[in-house]
Amino acid sequence: MTGRPIGLGLTALLVWLVVYPIAIVFVESVGGPGRWTLEYLRGFVTQSHEWRALWSSIWISLASVVLAGCIGIPLGFFFERVDFRGKRILGALIALPVVLPPLVGVLAFLFLFGESGFVARAVQAVLGLSNSPWRLQGAPAILLVHAYSMYVYFYLFTRAGLAKVDASMIEAAQSLGCTGFQVIRRVTLPLLRPQIAAAALLTFMTSLGSFSAPYVFGGGFRVMTTQIVTSKLNGDTGAAMAETVALASIAFVGLLLLQRFGGRRSVAAVGKGTTVAAASLRPATSWMIGAIGWLCAVVLLLPHLTLLLVSLVPFGTWTTQLVPPEYTLGNYAQLVQEPERLRPLANSLLMAGAAALGAVGVALWAGRAIVQRRARLGRAIENLLNVPWAVPGTVLAIALSTAFSANAPHVLRFVLVGTVFLLPLAYLIRNIPITSGPIVAGFRQLDPSLEEAATSLGASRLRVMRRITMPLLRPALLAGGALAYATAVGDFVTSIVLYTFDTRPISIEILSALRDFDVGVAAAYGVILMLVSAAAMAIGTSR
Amino acid sequence: MPDGLAISKLTKHYGNLVAVRSVSLQIARGKVLALLGPSGSGKTTILRLIAGFEQPDTGTISVREREVTGMGPAQRRIGMVFQNYALFPHLNVFENVSFGLDADMTRKERASRVAEVLELVDLPGFETRAVTELSGGQQQRVAVARAVAPKPDILLFDEPLSNLDPALRERTRRELRRSIDQIDVTTVFVTHEQEEAFALGDEIAVLRNGSLEQVATPSDLYEKPASVFVASFVGRASRLEGRVVSSERVAVGDAEWPFTSPARLVSGDQVLIAVRPEALRVTDGDGLSGTVEDVRYTGARAFFEVATPAGVVELEASIHTVKVGDRVRLSAVSSHAFPVNAE
Repeated sequence: MTGRPIGLGLTALLVWLVVYPIAIVFVESVGGPGRWTLEYLRGFVTQSHEWRALWSSIWISLASVVLAGCIGIPLGFFFERVDFRGKRILGALIALPVVLPPLVGVLAFLFLFGESGFVARAVQAVLGLSNSPWRLQGAPAILLVHAYSMYVYFYLFTRAGLAKVDASMIEAAQSLGCTGFQVIRRVTLPLLRPQIAAAALLTFMTSLGSFSAPYVFGGGFRVMTTQIVTSKLNGDTGAAMAETVALASIAFVGLLLLQRFGGRRSVAAVGKGTTVAAASLRPATSWMIGAIGWLCAVVLLLPHLTLLLVSLVPFGTWTTQLVPPEYTLGNYAQLVQEPERLRPLANSLLMAGAAALGAVGVALWAGRAIVQRRARLGRAIENLLNVPWAVPGTVLAIALSTAFSANAPHVLRFVLVGTVFLLPLAYLIRNIPITSGPIVAGFRQLDPSLEEAATSLGASRLRVMRRITMPLLRPALLAGGALAYATAVGDFVTSIVLYTFDTRPISIEILSALRDFDVGVAAAYGVILMLVSAAAMAIGTSR
Repeated sequence: MPDGLAISKLTKHYGNLVAVRSVSLQIARGKVLALLGPSGSGKTTILRLIAGFEQPDTGTISVREREVTGMGPAQRRIGMVFQNYALFPHLNVFENVSFGLDADMTRKERASRVAEVLELVDLPGFETRAVTELSGGQQQRVAVARAVAPKPDILLFDEPLSNLDPALRERTRRELRRSIDQIDVTTVFVTHEQEEAFALGDEIAVLRNGSLEQVATPSDLYEKPASVFVASFVGRASRLEGRVVSSERVAVGDAEWPFTSPARLVSGDQVLIAVRPEALRVTDGDGLSGTVEDVRYTGARAFFEVATPAGVVELEASIHTVKVGDRVRLSAVSSHAFPVNAE
């Protein structure tokens, strides 16, 4: 088992998959071989609407970080530091939005808070208005969806960080005269800095790449992702490439800046200590706090309950009424019975499965290469695995559609655009970071002497893999595979650029159902996506 | 060539670092060899080279007169007990112990072999237990059972007792030696603890910086160290500078002591002297003069640090022999002398 060949092959594959296509976009944005031109880039920098979209992407992302932090951090403190009835199940419920596809969240918001959603209808009815009281559109709508779906990062990271804070530090601060709030400001929050920085980074990058919310709610308000897709769909490839270069550059700069100022200095606790116990409340208070907690959970889960409700509404029956007058399972029956409706379902399930399997394969390979003794390429491989994470989905989609639209095998370019392979490949690439995270960690925890013991007992490499490595990695493989599956099955952002008629996934079908005002079918697809994602996560986290 | 294990001129580099430098060793069948040395001395690398987890740059390894260099670990018929035991946590005791058994064996044969080796390590009836539920000592015995079940030609141990608490160590050491004797298999184990090497090894190979310093029985190692390093690493010894004055005596400071040496020394040679604390006596006559500076009690006996013009020496004596601040003279019943340039 030599370290270099396995590492080298993988490094080459990762470079080809995650770096090469983006490099091609950068090169082709200035014209490509033989015909250098600054035309596209000049076109970009001289257009004021391009600058507006760029600035919108940045400020929306920063504002999303602030809003999500304002919800997630206090919520994290509350759930980690206060004990009340139903805390465990509630704590898990409010983390739910993180596993749901963004498009489902957007759809749910539309049905609940949109101009013809439940809330608007209720307000209209109560105030006796003739028109909807508001339109859910523009920056506020996008921010609302972002804050709602991304607070979970802050919530989870804050809880994880708090769980590790040593009680003796808090006690030391108290003995030095700090009162409750001072302790939080001067001790707890600084200790949580790495976690909060990580959550901020994640939120910033997610929101920079966010497509569903700006696409559905943006209206005239453009951000870079929607701008790119519009240019691409309008056939303006040059502009799409220049915009892609701009967004990719912002993403990388954002990543570097946030890493530099946020996560670098991790604060390690000195000595071993105990974790801070949650404050136990008197029964009455516990009930009251529990009730408030449940109310919060219902509010947070309301959009998804709405989705479920709308999925039962037959086409054309819900017009001006406050609540839909009729409920059937007809929409679901349609999805299964009509081949045209069934096709996207099957497509998404199959393509997500293939992408998840592929990503697990890459992650296994990477894990093996990284933990190998003295693997010099380990660091490079780890960085490569994380690249797709820093690349907004739209950028990746444009990069793939550019790189794989030419046939030049000598430079490893093949025509995949228009084939059934490109979309699953895009899912696979996007899945690499999320899948390799748990699997590489699993390999790290794997004691190398276990495999050595098996080998010295005469086991072949295959048997070691089958009897020892795979069973021990099972939780990591399940977690990585499930995360990959849940992400791929609901993908919208790469799909809208890369789908063909044969590979159209659920998300594209939701969009076309919405265009036909067939909200019931759109919601039914949404519910199925929700259930599939939740089931995948349940399997992934089972032990 | 002995019927056990033969290693010839084994060398292994990691980049620029020489981990093992031309080491040759031979072990007779059924004997136990301890590889003893400080950390970084190359002992674990030698063990991993024998097991086949690493390949040597040069040199050969033969097991029962069959050359195994270049073979994978699976082909070598070697049983290894890992420092952390490396029991497969998802398999129970039976599944762990039977892991290396021949695939052709019938279920009944497997069960009987597992029962046999579990009996040997004094864990009869433990087949269905989860390995994670066992105590450290029991886990180690399962690891031994697993390693010996396929009847290996060589048994390897990596720091066999280091994971056990001190109270358990001595008992486990005795049981381990008994098991090894019963199995009657050529055994190599790695340790950095002299006591462990002495208690378990028929022979001990002392390593330093990847090179072999000496291979000998425990008593020879103690009484006839081949180098000043061996003298001070195996047991306690103070190092002093001296000069040979006759074939039997060496001048140390203002005293003359008897000596033995692995080298041929002549009068006038400058030498390094290693003297063991128990070889020194407080004397009224001629001896190395010094002042008692410190004392460390270990019960009825104590170790005294004595500052002399030739350097600080350690003296072992009963606790009331001297006290801190006393001026004393020290004679030696024996000492070991080594040429200065050998160090």
